[in-house]
Amino acid sequence: MSRLIRLDRTGHTELASWTSGDPASERAAIGTFRRELDEGMLASISRPDGTAEVVRELPLDAELVVMRRPISGG
Amino acid sequence: MSAEAASTADRPVLAEAAAIPWRRRTTERTLRRDGRRWTLWTSGVVLTFAGPAAVLIWLEPLTIPAAAFWFAHGVAVTHMQARRGARSVVPIGSERSAAWKPVPDGPGREAEEPSPDEVALGLLGDLIGHEERDLLKETGLALQRGRLGVWLVGEEGAILVRPGGRRVYCHCVRVSEVGDLPAGDRVAHLLLALREDEEGFGTVANINFSGGARRVRRRLPKRSRPAFDRARQLAQLQE
Repeated sequence: MSRLIRLDRTGHTELASWTSGDPASERAAIGTFRRELDEGMLASISRPDGTAEVVRELPLDAELVVMRRPISGG
Repeated sequence: MSAEAASTADRPVLAEAAAIPWRRRTTERTLRRDGRRWTLWTSGVVLTFAGPAAVLIWLEPLTIPAAAFWFAHGVAVTHMQARRGARSVVPIGSERSAAWKPVPDGPGREAEEPSPDEVALGLLGDLIGHEERDLLKETGLALQRGRLGVWLVGEEGAILVRPGGRRVYCHCVRVSEVGDLPAGDRVAHLLLALREDEEGFGTVANINFSGGARRVRRRLPKRSRPAFDRARQLAQLQE
């Protein structure tokens, strides 16, 4: 089971979850993902080597995709 | 193409850094240059105050108290700069932390329901390794090893300890629309951005202090110093 979450005021919110090979849940997750991007959120997946990668298409094989807000210099 | 440019050419660029193309991308070279500028600035401040103080004593030895006060003023300026750098990072649970105030139990909140801060800290804990998780719990700072050095990430900034552990760079950087994000989420945002593109993260962040590691350590909250010491240990191994 893969999850799409958003970091927000509640700590985080699970926006979608999908199972590989279940087209309906995958389609729903992709739709939610695109809506979040349209609202200005950025998507990130963690790699095993401790780095992270920005993604612009929902990677259906990822276990966890995190939506975050942009950062800026203080 | 230079070696530095070649090494970054195949890596994705942080979206926030791409949005400010006029800013020179942080590299080993720009960090060294900024470090030299900070050293020059600090030396300039000390000399500006020490010079007249020395002349004053030479002209009239009885003015030593006034000259000492004048010199101390210059030293105080450099201390304030280091303090500003140390304060900008804001460890979780520190005085300026979003998690500083206890979350009141509202009428609709079940006793066993985790607060947003607890949920955010849980996710942050999942993002980092075992050792870093313990350190975060103890000190309020998330440790991240990078190519430029070892980073300590707080809610509103990050400290970069350069290889060798002698020089640090304090960066001011935060979530753009922070709103009422819990403390753990603020750190998670910065940590993810740092992991996505270390040089881009350094480009977006503003350096508000660079100098000797010991100058910053003294001004960190006591609780956060073990994280700083650990970062210095790891940075010494990177040299």
